[in-house]
Amino acid sequence: MTKETPSAAGLAALIDARRELPGATLPMLHAIQDAYGYVPDEALPMIASALNLSRAEVQGVVSFYHHFRRTPPGRHIVQVCRAESCLAMGAEELEAQVKAKLGVDFHQTTTDGAVTLEPVYCLGNCACSPAMRVDDDILGRMNGRRFDTVLHALRQTEGASA
Amino acid sequence: MSVRIYVPIDSSALSLGAEAVARAIRHEAAVRDLAVDIVRNGSRGLFWLEPLVEVDTPQGRIAYGPMQAEDVRGLFDAGFLQGAEHSLCHGPTDRIPFLAGQERLTFARVGITDPLSLDDYLAHGGFDGLKRAIAMAPAEVVKEVTDSGLRGRGGAAFPTGIKWKTVHDTPAAQKYVACNADEGDSGTFSDRMLMEGDPYCLIEGMAIAGLAVGATQGYIYVRSEYPHAFRTLQAAVERARAAGWLGASVAGCGRAFDIDVRLGAGAYICGEETSMLESLEGKRGVVRAKPPLPAVSGLFGQPTVINNVMSLASVPVILARGAAFYRDYGLGRSRGTLPFQLAGNLRHTGLVEKAFGVTLRELLEDYGGGSFSGKPLRTAQVGGPLGAYVPASQFDVALDYEQYAAMGAMVGHGGIVAFDDTVDMAKMARHAMAFCVEESCGKCTPCRIGSVRGVEVIDRIIAGEERGRNIALLNSLCDTMLAGSLCAMGGMTPYPVQSALKHFPEDFGIDKTAAA
Repeated sequence: MTKETPSAAGLAALIDARRELPGATLPMLHAIQDAYGYVPDEALPMIASALNLSRAEVQGVVSFYHHFRRTPPGRHIVQVCRAESCLAMGAEELEAQVKAKLGVDFHQTTTDGAVTLEPVYCLGNCACSPAMRVDDDILGRMNGRRFDTVLHALRQTEGASA
Repeated sequence: MSVRIYVPIDSSALSLGAEAVARAIRHEAAVRDLAVDIVRNGSRGLFWLEPLVEVDTPQGRIAYGPMQAEDVRGLFDAGFLQGAEHSLCHGPTDRIPFLAGQERLTFARVGITDPLSLDDYLAHGGFDGLKRAIAMAPAEVVKEVTDSGLRGRGGAAFPTGIKWKTVHDTPAAQKYVACNADEGDSGTFSDRMLMEGDPYCLIEGMAIAGLAVGATQGYIYVRSEYPHAFRTLQAAVERARAAGWLGASVAGCGRAFDIDVRLGAGAYICGEETSMLESLEGKRGVVRAKPPLPAVSGLFGQPTVINNVMSLASVPVILARGAAFYRDYGLGRSRGTLPFQLAGNLRHTGLVEKAFGVTLRELLEDYGGGSFSGKPLRTAQVGGPLGAYVPASQFDVALDYEQYAAMGAMVGHGGIVAFDDTVDMAKMARHAMAFCVEESCGKCTPCRIGSVRGVEVIDRIIAGEERGRNIALLNSLCDTMLAGSLCAMGGMTPYPVQSALKHFPEDFGIDKTAAA
């Protein structure tokens, strides 16, 4: 999932396309993060100016929501669920295994830039706990062995596209 | 003649390999030169059997599961296209006991139909409720919902019809219907299943609400953790609009209603209704003080109906079959059905829609089949991360809003997370406080500071420091949070904490006899 590098023209186009929406801040931020993988600093004054807000107000919105990132993430995002249903089915053990296999803690990216690891509270896959998410794929009944298979497949697609 | 095969496209089924199964079936059928028509349906809610593939036969739909791609060739060999016997075969889906005992009103179509097919929706009674609502005066529609006894399924259980009446009676040039699809409670997935498996049902419920209260614009606020549900809803709204079920003249009635699907951004608090409004307006999801009620001054300051997905999705059947039909299910002041969600450490996890009055024991044992691990079940958390831990001694209390409230618990959104006897309840109590630290919007002090202090005090109790004094302190802190918080986040975090402490004092290092 290689993302484009942010450009002023690209940001302006994403912002302009949404400026007429009621409550446009979140739709703009989503569009920017979907395109670039994060919300770059230069986007904030542009959003503020488009919506007649102060830059501080936009900064406040971005920082409130866990979903929005301020720095470029790895090429893939891996989330491990830490909510109750998954805890009842061994999520702590899974979390430890995933961290060990990737060699990173939560909110960190592997040294090769492939994977950013994040915690998540509930993916709505509670009937198939413990759950994880890899990019937009939700995974159920996970364990260390199944994660190995997923990671292997990720690395292979990376090798193929590189 | 091609054989129709159903392979679910529900997130949970996909999370277990349903996509690879669908591909394998298509491939195997092509190799054998057999004609198959693969329908990607929602889930039937029998998640321990997912991916659950069904074959349409003259004897009805025959279930096979849990199926993996590597099983497909053997199933073709065994003749599964004819519904033949196989070790993965469960016979006719409708007769699987888990499903046969349910009372599916809201979930009548989920798993049966192709979620995005309007033809399928219409063939299964879709839009019957909307058609009837169009022929009625708005006030009559509101009365029908009030008479059905429907109460907010998101957790607060406020009578839906009364909320609608306030919006109906408040004059304004612009009103809104805001659907809360920020289903962040752990152990809950009924909103997601319905949005992915029968999205037109939610759209129909919102359109009925819009016509009833005079709102022309609806918003669905979906959490960002639900990428599949978001895409399904967007596609469904487009198709419904193209077919004239939404837009300037809903089904040709001359009145307008349209829907915009919006994505949340990973803030649990945005499941609180006023915080959701702030987020829809493009702001930080900080809770608003009430009054004013959102029904009077809600989204962009206008009168707004805010309902959970399940509440709105229950409206079509109420209008189609009448208030009395719905009200006949349930007991006391809890009328109708609730789609319970069985999660955590259970053999048979999934969705069980039953009338209120069913007990936790029936759900955990008869439907759930006991613990997945084979160890005794010790407790279940009912109603999400802010719900109480119910001990086995209370498993026989009927699930009903009032009876649960009377024992210091809550039915909430109907999520049930089961734990076996290896659970450490002091750790779960700490988890509840830590979750509140993470997700508090920060507006009120009891929630913002109280949760941080809560984690610290529980840590001291676990470490054995001045246990008696710290337990008293924790209870006092919980009282402050309960009485002093602006919303349910801080106000209900004490539920899991104090229920754990009350029912499982031994996990906190307290002599059971001394604790009560």
